[in-house]
Amino acid sequence: MDNLINYTLRIADNALILGQRMSQWCSNGPTLEEDIAMVNISLDLFGQANGFYEYASSIDGNKSADDFAFLRSEREYFNNLIVEQGNGHFGDTIVRNFLFDTYSVLFYTKLQNSSDDTLAALSSKSLKEAKYHLRHSSNWLIRLGDGTDESNKKVQKSLNDIWMFTGNLFEMDELDTDMLNKGIGIDNSLLKSEWDKKVNDTLSSAKLNRPEDGYMQTGSKEGIHTEHLGHLLSEMQFLQRAHPNAKW
Amino acid sequence: MTEEKFQKRIDAEQKIEPKDWMPDAYRKHLIRQISQHAHSEVIGMQPEGNWVTRAPSLRAKMILLAKIQDEAGHGLYLYSACETLGISRDELVQQLHDGKAKYSSIFNYPTLNWADMGAVGWLVDGAAIVNQVSLQRTSYGPYSRGMVRICKEESFHQRQGYEIMATMAAGTPEQKQMAQDALNRIWWPSIMMFGPHDADSPRSGNALKWKIKRQTNDELRQSFIDKTVAQAELIGLTIPDPDLKWNEETGHYDFGAMDWDEFWRVVKGDGPCNKQRLDHHKKAHKEGEWVRNAAKAYAKKQELLTV
Amino acid sequence: MSENTDVWEVFIQSKNGLPHKHAGNVHATDKEMALQNARDLYTRRKEGSSIWVVKATDIIASQSEESEEFFDPSDDKMYRHPTFYTMPEGSKNI
Repeated sequence: MDNLINYTLRIADNALILGQRMSQWCSNGPTLEEDIAMVNISLDLFGQANGFYEYASSIDGNKSADDFAFLRSEREYFNNLIVEQGNGHFGDTIVRNFLFDTYSVLFYTKLQNSSDDTLAALSSKSLKEAKYHLRHSSNWLIRLGDGTDESNKKVQKSLNDIWMFTGNLFEMDELDTDMLNKGIGIDNSLLKSEWDKKVNDTLSSAKLNRPEDGYMQTGSKEGIHTEHLGHLLSEMQFLQRAHPNAKW
Repeated sequence: MTEEKFQKRIDAEQKIEPKDWMPDAYRKHLIRQISQHAHSEVIGMQPEGNWVTRAPSLRAKMILLAKIQDEAGHGLYLYSACETLGISRDELVQQLHDGKAKYSSIFNYPTLNWADMGAVGWLVDGAAIVNQVSLQRTSYGPYSRGMVRICKEESFHQRQGYEIMATMAAGTPEQKQMAQDALNRIWWPSIMMFGPHDADSPRSGNALKWKIKRQTNDELRQSFIDKTVAQAELIGLTIPDPDLKWNEETGHYDFGAMDWDEFWRVVKGDGPCNKQRLDHHKKAHKEGEWVRNAAKAYAKKQELLTV
Repeated sequence: MSENTDVWEVFIQSKNGLPHKHAGNVHATDKEMALQNARDLYTRRKEGSSIWVVKATDIIASQSEESEEFFDPSDDKMYRHPTFYTMPEGSKNI
């Protein structure tokens, strides 16, 4: 049971943390239209997080979805490192999201076939949203990559800077293997070749160079994060922590 | 068409459409009013955006985001209504940045605790809705259609705010205190949102004659106060106005004097957040410039490819 | 690069079988962006099953000053309406 809860939390945490990042764009977008688009993505992600937390809560029988979202310590979050990276400029956000969205579409496509009915159902709902997010991020990546010299240079740097967090997406640990063996989870490592192909295609349309697969940062599966997550959580958890047991 | 014929159409409750002849002063008045309304929606995203990352539950996060997103959308509906009058959005934004165009002064006040999200929805959106419901019948077609859409979408905004207030007023002592504090700070600025008293509102004459505005500032304000008093009582909060009392004779609430010195001071730029709000907007606009340029450059390249 | 971004008019079909209706407009630099912006702005509440976007500059509109010569000529052609015709007493299903 613990493994299933933790597996579910890993998925929920990805959605929550990226949702929180996207919500930070509110009133800061490059156009008003884009503000709306990014908030939409954020709303989709919070909806996904909520669905997966509700499921974790139902297995746990004690903690609520909000308890999971707001009352764990940093070490108890299992999101991939890439989603907690700061928004930076618009290009940094687009690159981060594009790399994650590509993974997310492949991940949910596979997890739709999980032997766990709830995970399968949540995945097929999330997949529709992930596909739209990927369409949004790929289109922007192409516009920025193939836009002006300035924009090309900027997103090339975004890509180079964040690349070290992509390896983490395809890692498998004991918990993953257990879930895979039970027919519940999927093999992340098998998503890599398809991810490579899709990413390479879009990067070439965007006139961007794919960085070398060099040093890859790891740790999320044990709750070891980058420094960014702590700040994100302290802001997000502030009211829940300051007023324990209050209802909102 | 003459001004006389135009007025006849207005009097007959016919809508004026973008390509119809209209007096210059009518066009100017509309541009000023609609752009001010649009800017208010957009600047209004900031005080609420201030709490987006700190919203205390998943549900609260989603509701708040959806609401702010609506505001961005309403800004867009209004900019596009304004553009039908022959002015571009870029020009409108420039006017905002140059301080030539205003937005509602209410957004120059800070949001200091979570209950402010309640008070803003309940009072600020509540006041805006009273105004907007009336504007659905405005004489300019695109503005009227925008208002119809906006009113339909905003119906949840006030309710979610009141829900936050009700929950907090019934919560822990600290929560109730936050709710009362928010009401104390936001009450007076929100009833001043309706603008100066009719006697001190020089432009109202034409706006009413042209049916751009359908009710006066004081009528709208009174209707808002009459609705809101009982809502505050129901959840056990006190409106910070010792002179507030029901008047059997008029069938309305009497209320205390508003601080018009403060009102005009904030309108003219000296409010707690005027500079912060405008700087935020300018900064986002400036930081987005390379993105907008890239998108334009990309589109140009694509056009060349398809020729 | 200070020229204004293109304006695209947006038409939404609320469900299959119904006509696309004008909803408003969006700004966008390309057609894909126009479609996505329209989707995010005009169908946040399940208002649509299909979206058309068309560059505002590509729409040809009749002029308001010409409205008399354009539309008045159909005023006196009542024979285009079914109510114009006299049917014999008692006729049915026609």
